[in-house]
Amino acid sequence: MSEPKTIYDKIWESHLVYEDNNDCLLYIDRHLIHEVTSPQAFEGLRMSNRSVRKPLNALAVADHNIPTTDRSKGIGDQESELQIQTLEDNCNEFGIQYIKTNDKRQGIVHIIGPEQGFTLPGLTIVCGDSHTSTHGAFGALAHGIGTSEVEHVLATQTLIQKKAKNFKVTINGECNENVTAKDLALSVIGAIGTAGGTGYVIEYAGEAVRSLSIEGRMTLCNLTIEAGARAGLIAPDEKTFKYLKDRPMAPKGEDWDRAVDYWKTLPSDEGAKYDKSIEIDATNLSPLVTWGTSPEDVISIDGNIPKLEDIEDDSKRSAVKRSLDYMDLIPGSPIKGVEIDRVFIGSCTNGRIEDLREAASVVEGKKVSSNVVAMVVPGSGLVKEQAEKEGLDKIFLNAGFEWREPGCSMCLAMNADKLSPKERCASTSNRNFEGRQGREGRTHLVSPSMAAAAAIKGCLTDVRELTN
Amino acid sequence: MEKFTSIKGIAATMLNKSGNQLSLMMNIDTDMIIPKQFLKTIKRSGLGKNLFDEMRYDMNGNEIESFILNKDPFTKAKILIAGKNFGCGSSREHAPWSILDFGIKVIIAPSFADIFFNNCFKNGILPIKLSEDKINLLVDDSMKGIEFEVNLIDQLIIIKDKELPFDVDAINKDCLVKGLDDIGSTLERSSFIDEYEKITLDNFAWRNPVKD
Repeated sequence: MSEPKTIYDKIWESHLVYEDNNDCLLYIDRHLIHEVTSPQAFEGLRMSNRSVRKPLNALAVADHNIPTTDRSKGIGDQESELQIQTLEDNCNEFGIQYIKTNDKRQGIVHIIGPEQGFTLPGLTIVCGDSHTSTHGAFGALAHGIGTSEVEHVLATQTLIQKKAKNFKVTINGECNENVTAKDLALSVIGAIGTAGGTGYVIEYAGEAVRSLSIEGRMTLCNLTIEAGARAGLIAPDEKTFKYLKDRPMAPKGEDWDRAVDYWKTLPSDEGAKYDKSIEIDATNLSPLVTWGTSPEDVISIDGNIPKLEDIEDDSKRSAVKRSLDYMDLIPGSPIKGVEIDRVFIGSCTNGRIEDLREAASVVEGKKVSSNVVAMVVPGSGLVKEQAEKEGLDKIFLNAGFEWREPGCSMCLAMNADKLSPKERCASTSNRNFEGRQGREGRTHLVSPSMAAAAAIKGCLTDVRELTN
Repeated sequence: MEKFTSIKGIAATMLNKSGNQLSLMMNIDTDMIIPKQFLKTIKRSGLGKNLFDEMRYDMNGNEIESFILNKDPFTKAKILIAGKNFGCGSSREHAPWSILDFGIKVIIAPSFADIFFNNCFKNGILPIKLSEDKINLLVDDSMKGIEFEVNLIDQLIIIKDKELPFDVDAINKDCLVKGLDDIGSTLERSSFIDEYEKITLDNFAWRNPVKD
């Protein structure tokens, strides 16, 4: 009998094109493309007179740069317009499917991949974007790449890779009400740190992970990159198959049946070896919030901001000092009650329909605090359409939220949606780095329901106090 | 890609201050290295002037004097020294492009984020992993503006009469030393890709994309 394997081992081995010691060539099944990290790759192809090996295996959409206000009259910003036009031109030239900015399927690349059934279990999926780890929720090996590698995949449909190590994160127990996939993800990052996963592929297992919806699993895998891991993986199950069946780009008929049979062989074998394992108990977890400028700076909403004298490590202490100065927070004081100016609900982390439902259930019948400007940016046109069908847009608009067009928006603030200097934001996005949402802007990462609660109260607040 | 064998130059160290204590700045993310407003370009070149933009310039675009890369002789630094988890965050290759365009060809840190580390080798930048203890031996000389030599062939950092060996993966080293084009070398193995695709198409038809 052969050695027991992890799901990562299985996908890795089934995609090896060539192997010579450490020198491996991995086949890439799917390539998602957006406007920011691709122009130089297409330019590289042109300069060396190379073509795209498998244009049908790629799917392109503009998301990073696009305004979230009415786009019927164009993009507005000239540089952004040029970058988006360049993407469309490149796709036309090389025969790659491009979802136009006025197409209702347009949206954040990591939301449309699964929506269209372009993302499937057992595949290798790459994109010039670090949050490609999202697609691991389906049991696909998915990770971000740089622009040189985008060019490499376009030209060869492969990547030169070294195998990562296996890291198993088991999350036991059942989450309390108002404790979400976002809180699970932040608790993992808080536990292992932003470099805790470097060199590994993380496989999530355990009762709390199994009971997550597919949307929740995407949130968990999305944030895996914030723990430094190359990819996050969750073994596919009936929920996965149900989500994908009949999606436009998913296999049909006999191909579907064969695919499902194969996907059922993907879960890690009993006795498979992991290079590292941790267990987390979800049972007593509270909603979490970040206080600093790294996603590992996590505390419970009823916790206190750290004191410098409690930190032994010199580099860590000076990093915390820098963070607290930047965030303008008082060491040792409670995080609850810190006043905010903005709320952002959206992004590839939390811009799916379930996230909007979760936030709307908190907001319903209430008003956004008069000190707060709050916005909801659906992750895709289809998410927006579904939300409108369910009347969620009305709930948000009546409460005083802005209801926007889909895109990455204030997660990275490349378009007009950004924080002004010193503004403080409760955000459902993925990074609280210095300047991430706008120069000198201050970001607190939270779940959609926690962001909604902060919008209502005008400060960081425990959502359980609003809903109970 | 330009070949990398050995370089000589000044090393700039990124430090954080807490009280009187100076320590290596950790978790330098790619948003810090090159903020998003500079990602709208469709070119690779010209990003050096915006390297560490929000740490380097004030709101009015004036240089912040205390920032290391604004101080002579570090304006000509070819080596950057920093704390652990350098290059975390976004996959943007604009980060190594801006570093290279500034003139920096070597980064020394205790650890690097995975995607950034790979991106460096694709651009002729050498990221060197050294323990924090060993890096601390370099900081004084770097702050004094003493010339460093980084010799990739012999895998040595040479400062005056001091020599510090470092490890580098053999394939990555070969790529840098020869200035190899990855795509060119993969295309030379395209018969393996052809064969792989033939087998895949026969056995796993569902893996092929369904055209919408």
